Amino acid sequence: MSVATLLLLADGRFPAGGHAHSGGVEAAVRAGRVQDAASLEEFCRSRLHTAGLTSAALASAAAAGHDPLALDEAADARTPSPALRRTARRLGRQLMRAARATWPDPELDALAAARPKGAHQPVVLGLVARSAGLGPLEAAHAAAYESVGGAATAAVRLLGLDPLDATAVLARLAAETDEVARQAEAASSKAVEDLPAASAPLLEITAEQHATWSVRLFAS
Amino acid sequence: MTTTATAPQGTAGVSARARITAVPDGRGGTALPLLSGGGPVALRRTRSADPSAARVTLVGAMSAPLRGDRLAVEVRAEAGAALRVDGSAATLALPGRTAEPARYDVRLEAGEGGLLHWLPEPLISVSGSDLRQQLRAELAPGARLVVRDEQVLGRTGEEPGRLSSRLTVRRAGRPLLDQQLDFGPGAPGWDGGAALGGHRAVGQLLVVDPAWDREPPRARVLGETAVVTPLAGPAVLVTALAPDALQLRRVLDSALTFTSW
Repeated sequence: MSVATLLLLADGRFPAGGHAHSGGVEAAVRAGRVQDAASLEEFCRSRLHTAGLTSAALASAAAAGHDPLALDEAADARTPSPALRRTARRLGRQLMRAARATWPDPELDALAAARPKGAHQPVVLGLVARSAGLGPLEAAHAAAYESVGGAATAAVRLLGLDPLDATAVLARLAAETDEVARQAEAASSKAVEDLPAASAPLLEITAEQHATWSVRLFAS
Repeated sequence: MTTTATAPQGTAGVSARARITAVPDGRGGTALPLLSGGGPVALRRTRSADPSAARVTLVGAMSAPLRGDRLAVEVRAEAGAALRVDGSAATLALPGRTAEPARYDVRLEAGEGGLLHWLPEPLISVSGSDLRQQLRAELAPGARLVVRDEQVLGRTGEEPGRLSSRLTVRRAGRPLLDQQLDFGPGAPGWDGGAALGGHRAVGQLLVVDPAWDREPPRARVLGETAVVTPLAGPAVLVTALAPDALQLRRVLDSALTFTSW
């Protein structure tokens, strides 16, 4: 396993389009649920242990060699909101495009052909990790970190939060982020139907509200 | 009756299983060849407003599940049968003498052309309780299903117990919905801004109707904390948060206008 490869995949500068999405923070800011570093931390914690765990388990299972199409179907069942399904597929397609140029692999080509509009992003992320020579635990780390990293960055732009405060939030969540990745990896050898399905009711609800806004800073 | 007291008081809880099977009666109605209560889960056949459907009510203010209890309910609506199961009172998850969590497993099955309503009263997670609840539904491609699932976190003014609830629906052997909710002590982040955001009642209403295979209903926002979402199959899920059980029910009822059946 190459640590540099993991850092590259998890780097926010990796050209996969994630910067255009707030992970639900934009809607949470509008509703007043995220207003400062403390409430951002609570938001990120709840995101990490729900949607983050579910994503990390899907990514880890894809890296472990589970059928990506079965995982894609499992991701659909875990995502009631059509707005979130659209977002996950759009991000999956963008990641797929960048990854096929970076780590060419017939497994990526096969998934891209089977899901031309994009597979769910965590499934693509796990398969990309596999193509890059990373294992199920590394894939889980990348997904768990991403489940809070993008949200914290978005809060800086939305609230004018001090970037140092937002980074400190991520640092305080580091141990929990690692723990979620370990949980996800431990589950990744299970049957697809037994993977974690932790859900975040407010993310599902507010994603549909956000999708109806005419003016917004982020795509989701 | 399939109750077994598994061990003397103070070590383990009650293990009980209730079963209902509904079949067409050949005269346009539905018969119940199997109606078997178990332990704290008592069943009564009650009067149905719909002449083609049978109705069963889960009766009694269940003072269960306690920690350590293992309760199961199995409900089958066979091909062409119509069954509505509802409840007479809320279920309280209570603390018990053991450290073991209580388990409550509901298994629903609906065959081709079958119609199953699972509409229990809310579950209230009392402080100090620990309940793992699982509802699994298996549907034939032509089956219809309505499931309501309401959870209230703590009695008025108290912190909730630990509650874990998974709702899994498969249709024609493929996953349609899989959702797990975790609340209370030991469930990190459960009350944060991505999950409950301070609300104390959470509910889901699922409607599966194969007629939506061609054109599913659109997503609809029902206010600040409720939404109707079409799933990736012929089904809609209403997800709602509210300050209390009464307001939660009002929102879910308003969404039931989806079905005329």
